[in-house]
Amino acid sequence: MPRRTDLETVLVIGSGPIVIGQACEFDYSGTQACKALRSEGLRVVLMNSNPATIMTDPEVADRTYVEPLSWEYARSVIERERPDALLPTVGGQTALNLARELAGQGVLEEHGVALIGASVDAITVAEDRLKFREAMESIGIEVPASEYARSYEDAVRMVDRFGFPVIIRPSFTLGGVGGGIAYNIEEFRELASRGIQLSPVHEVLIEESVIGWKEFELEVMRDGADNFVVICSIENIDPMGVHTGDSITVAPALTLTDKEYQRMRDAARRIITRVGVETGGSNIQFAINPDDGRMVAIEMNPRVSRSSALASKATGFPIAKIAAKLALGYRLEEIPNDITRLTPASFEPTIDYVVVKIPRWTFEKFPQADRTLTTQMKSVGEVMAIGRTFKEAFLKGMRSLELGRSGRLFAADDDVDSGQLQRRLVSPNDRRIWSIFRALELGWSVERIREATRIDPWFLTQFAEIAELRRAAGLVGFRSLSAETLAELKRAGFGDEEIGAALGVGGNAVAARREEEKLAPVYKRIDTCAAEFESFTPYLYGTYERECEAEPTDRPKVIILGSGPNRIGQGLEFDYCCCHAAFALREQGYETVMVNCNPETVSTDYDTVDRLYFEPLTLEDVLAVVRREQSAGAEVSCIVQFGGQTPLKLALGLQGAGARIIGTSPDSIDLAEDRQRFARLLWDLGVPQAPSGIATSREEAREVASGIGYPVVVRPSYVLGGRAMAIVYDPGALDRYMAEAVDASPEHPILVDKFLEDAFELDVDAVADTTGDVVIGGVMEHIEEAGIHSGDSSCVVPPYLVPERHLRVIRDYTRRLARALKVVGLLNIQFAIRDDTVYLLEVNPRASRTVPYLSKATGVPLAKVAARVMVGRTLAEQGLVDDLEVAGVFVKAPVFPFVRFPGVDTILGPEMKSTGEVMGGADTFGKAFARAQLAAGQRLPDSGRAFISVNDDDKENVVPVARDLAALGFDLVASKGTAAYLRAHGLDVDVVFKINEGRPHVGDRLLNREVQLVINTPLGRESYFDDLTMRRVAMLYGVPCVTTLTGAAATVAAIRALRAETHAVHPLQEYHAGITAGSAGQ
Amino acid sequence: MNAVLALESGASFVGRAVGAAGRATGEVVFNTSMTGYQEVLTDPSYAGQIVTMTCPQIGNYGVAPDDVESGRPHVAGFVIREASPIASNWRATGTLDDYLAAHGVVAIAGIDTRALTRTLRSSGVMRGVIGTGAVNPDDLVDQARAAPAMEGSDLVRGVTCTEPFDWRASGPPPGFALDPPRRAARRLRVAAYDLGMKRNILRRLDSHGCDVRVFPAAAPAAELLAMQPDGVFLSNGPGDPSPLDYAVANARDLMGSGVPLFGICLGHQVLGLAMGATTYKLKFGHRGANHPVKNLRTGQVEITSQNHGFAVDQDSVPDDVEITHRNLYDGTVEGLRHKRLPVSCVQYHPEASPGPHDADYLFSAFVDAMERPPSR
Repeated sequence: MPRRTDLETVLVIGSGPIVIGQACEFDYSGTQACKALRSEGLRVVLMNSNPATIMTDPEVADRTYVEPLSWEYARSVIERERPDALLPTVGGQTALNLARELAGQGVLEEHGVALIGASVDAITVAEDRLKFREAMESIGIEVPASEYARSYEDAVRMVDRFGFPVIIRPSFTLGGVGGGIAYNIEEFRELASRGIQLSPVHEVLIEESVIGWKEFELEVMRDGADNFVVICSIENIDPMGVHTGDSITVAPALTLTDKEYQRMRDAARRIITRVGVETGGSNIQFAINPDDGRMVAIEMNPRVSRSSALASKATGFPIAKIAAKLALGYRLEEIPNDITRLTPASFEPTIDYVVVKIPRWTFEKFPQADRTLTTQMKSVGEVMAIGRTFKEAFLKGMRSLELGRSGRLFAADDDVDSGQLQRRLVSPNDRRIWSIFRALELGWSVERIREATRIDPWFLTQFAEIAELRRAAGLVGFRSLSAETLAELKRAGFGDEEIGAALGVGGNAVAARREEEKLAPVYKRIDTCAAEFESFTPYLYGTYERECEAEPTDRPKVIILGSGPNRIGQGLEFDYCCCHAAFALREQGYETVMVNCNPETVSTDYDTVDRLYFEPLTLEDVLAVVRREQSAGAEVSCIVQFGGQTPLKLALGLQGAGARIIGTSPDSIDLAEDRQRFARLLWDLGVPQAPSGIATSREEAREVASGIGYPVVVRPSYVLGGRAMAIVYDPGALDRYMAEAVDASPEHPILVDKFLEDAFELDVDAVADTTGDVVIGGVMEHIEEAGIHSGDSSCVVPPYLVPERHLRVIRDYTRRLARALKVVGLLNIQFAIRDDTVYLLEVNPRASRTVPYLSKATGVPLAKVAARVMVGRTLAEQGLVDDLEVAGVFVKAPVFPFVRFPGVDTILGPEMKSTGEVMGGADTFGKAFARAQLAAGQRLPDSGRAFISVNDDDKENVVPVARDLAALGFDLVASKGTAAYLRAHGLDVDVVFKINEGRPHVGDRLLNREVQLVINTPLGRESYFDDLTMRRVAMLYGVPCVTTLTGAAATVAAIRALRAETHAVHPLQEYHAGITAGSAGQ
Repeated sequence: MNAVLALESGASFVGRAVGAAGRATGEVVFNTSMTGYQEVLTDPSYAGQIVTMTCPQIGNYGVAPDDVESGRPHVAGFVIREASPIASNWRATGTLDDYLAAHGVVAIAGIDTRALTRTLRSSGVMRGVIGTGAVNPDDLVDQARAAPAMEGSDLVRGVTCTEPFDWRASGPPPGFALDPPRRAARRLRVAAYDLGMKRNILRRLDSHGCDVRVFPAAAPAAELLAMQPDGVFLSNGPGDPSPLDYAVANARDLMGSGVPLFGICLGHQVLGLAMGATTYKLKFGHRGANHPVKNLRTGQVEITSQNHGFAVDQDSVPDDVEITHRNLYDGTVEGLRHKRLPVSCVQYHPEASPGPHDADYLFSAFVDAMERPPSR
């Protein structure tokens, strides 16, 4: 059946900011969907608040709205664009929820917008656990026994029926937020009351525990003619009880007999039909009791998901793209398989390799967080690795994680006794896999580990084989290591570094030995069909086998190194830049080659580049790719400046091994990172820098700090996202820091900088070319003052409080630095302004986190511009002479994962904690800030009561904020000291107890919904925990809690703007046309 | 212990011996199913063939008595990337390695099975030998070249039953098989030719309401008709259909009787020949569990289980025979139906095992045909 002809315009909703549970997999799926729809001649209107996405590139859709994903703004978009249909299935739970709300508000009906891909009924049946259970019962499929509670009392009454452990699942929350496993009544009470609070409909499901059962997922698709296919089966190595996003998973399922697998397939077919997904993809999860084979359905997602992104990458079958086409009415058999070209998409991929996905957590950022893994996802990223065997894929995955020393599976330094080890095995946590290997090293049997972990013995046996291979190699030693043993280790997936560690030599020695033996990986193709048909798409993975299918060409080519797993500080923004480099270089006629190991990304879509190597980003693995690509005789260049720290760390090694790095030289990169060399350069250039020094010991640190004067910012060199960065106010705090940080990064010294208190901070992104021309993409003013990591600070372009004379200085410094560092490509500089002086904070001669945001605001794709510069095109040739401008005001706001980490403080500091960002655009700062806040999930109040509690330093400056709030009609309440100060300045303020002062305190007032806004700046150590509790209560109840004064001032401006908010929306294309119109008029 | 797989092309692969020691000769083919190795091993259609599993991890869930498709493994040899050292499944009674050894199946592991598959795909299936222990690859190549070709040889005689018997249902634990949408109104009597029949065909017929008596491949048609069956079934089986003159002759006799006929795989090819079509050998066959087949009558696409090296030539299909199913990969004939007589057959495996259950409706259709009053 050809596609339906009644559709002209389709609205696609994206998933918004990157949060835990919803990451860049939805950029991948949304981008695919937009491309697929447009290739069918449809007009695509896209709505997504996340500027760091490829999907919000103005050329991906016809109209691109970077607006808050709330129904009011969506209604405005619908009113302006009059779409015929809405595709809600490629933007995660966010898009489904928004679609449901639009339907509920009658907007879809009023404007005649059809939902395609999933109906409201299907969404409801899949999401509402009671309805899901009824639906499953009606088709004879077992589910865990469960019951709904709409109140805490209900919940407590029900729990007797199920016994412990018992699962608590709030309805309609993202990624299982607020859910958990209760092992006793105390835990149950806490989880039940929190879950009821967090659920938008105030319901939780109390459910029979199937903890410890084997967990499987099927990624399935169905077309409008009831044709059904399974794209991929996925087995969770961590059994039930750990969220699949936090599980190590493997594809295909490896421990199912055909009978078990087909039973699951039959059930999946009945489920997708019963839930009512007429077209598209779904993810269906099952649990199987390992003792008797009993199977229950756990849940289904009637949309593309993180797992479907994984399945797409694991099989080469582009689920989102096909889903979009099916939504238009095509049948599976009418859509060709891109990879084989000659066969249709109506088949089930079969794979002749093993895929392992390993999550990556960032608990080091949240030391107070509970590291136990439960039904609520906590990881921020993942890696995927491909090998011919499970062992190979697993070991490749482990080294893809880039955990450095702490990632090593063996010879962990920690001395654990067997009791501790037992506990670490029993209670799932982010380090459990290391504990398993520790246990194996200590001689624990597979059976003993199985009893503790409930992990299937097949996987444990594989782990035991890995441990045994390593042990045997260690016994042999490096000198007597035979070629056969080395080959066996490489074939099992061991990296040179790991082999070196086992043999007591460096990885280099192993690499050299490997070269002598001519042992190099070959590359196999991912072809959806296990080699049954020819593959036309070079989607490759490395392995130690006999035959290589890489078939490199002799075209000039550029290898772009990706950014690896998402983590806090290095995420979607860098993948965006890598993709843009690829797009630009392809247009320039180069063959583009991507190396990356993150399955969530657009960069690992085989469509994005000419050749894709799904490989770990280690020197060994990347060099092997470079060598293979060089083997056809073509000129091969590498780009390392777009993927964040991951490829930068490899730059010198690659260069040393003879690879050609284009763009800013690795030496310049090193110069910018080397404190002493860099300070000298700044001195020569006459650019002021805050006093600083470096230290390698505690004594040295004290000396340097007292010379500079407290407070100081301390951090290890070569860090990412402010990792282990702190502001210290006294020698005691410095000592504590040194004790921890030196441990964190022993190879590198500690940097000590004077902390510029209360300074304004600014970020600049610029591009420089080989002729020394520099174009500044934008100067972004941070809304929070210095001391808060730039990734966690809201920022605005154009700057709104900085005088032009400072901006001139900033532009001048930027140009001077770009030229001095011989930057070819992107450059990011952070400045601070204090006492009327512009200080340079740091320079990063590479792509920064703000590049996509700035590109969206200015309409100029800076990463593309930079990539062209790197292959020799000048800025002038690209038509770029003047610094860029924006039409309107664009605010970037961060999004934080605090809600998932009970007990973690929400206060901001130099260590980055945000997972993602949104952009709000408007004609005034207040409006743009309000939209950015809303898009980040913070609905600002337009009236009500504000609670103010600030430290003594801030009291003076909070007065105007309080006055503005009063003028806006807010009632003011404050802590005792703040209230006295405000009263003394003529404001009418009531006193409210702080939490340790008596009751009812501010926490009670928050709970009673009597406070709508909190302004609270840190008050020093003694009241830290008091404030912490308040901030957490505010967060859980969705009450905005502003922790900086500049933030408070911006919030007031936003509240004022909200009063006049009309929800008028403008697509990026219109903003960008405004810039052209503006410059034409000059 | 080392093992070597040598091909008639001269290529050889060195790996590790699994299962029994010794030598195995056969036609080297590949199967792309990711589950169901035990079903594959015991499918009589693989007689004379060395089967390569493209899925690299084999043996993970061990072996279980309920997962056999016949009394013993029939493959000539087995080729895998990595064998599991353990059996992990609640139904498992042993490891694959032990099972292969116990049944004398020579197997090789640890070779680049993808390279082998690509060779077979581009050059076509070829004869090969697996030798274990200290063997000279060149000798094995010579041995492969000296092996008889599959074309023209009757492999059915080696796998069919010797005496007729009534099938008594024995199946996997409840819950594993699909419930048919409806069962025959009364138990139907089906006579089945065993050309190398998979047990799951019998289980499915039983489940759909049929009592089946199984006959040796060479039993005369009259012997089957003597039991006054409601329908006659022709099973799957190994090798080339063209030398099976006796089976084709019997099929013609049965067609003349007006009794509903249904055939699967080799049974389909035999019925095709009986209806006047011809067969030919495919370059590398269809073996796996993911082939899309389109039902030309309904337009539905089924994901099918496949195992055949020969096919009915579509150009030879006579006018009074309708092509009902086609393979969407290569357009080959996957199903036939006589326009006047109650005869239908499919090239693929609606009984699955291993593979998806999408085509189970064909058993229902056979039941319908048997329950329909004779049109003449």
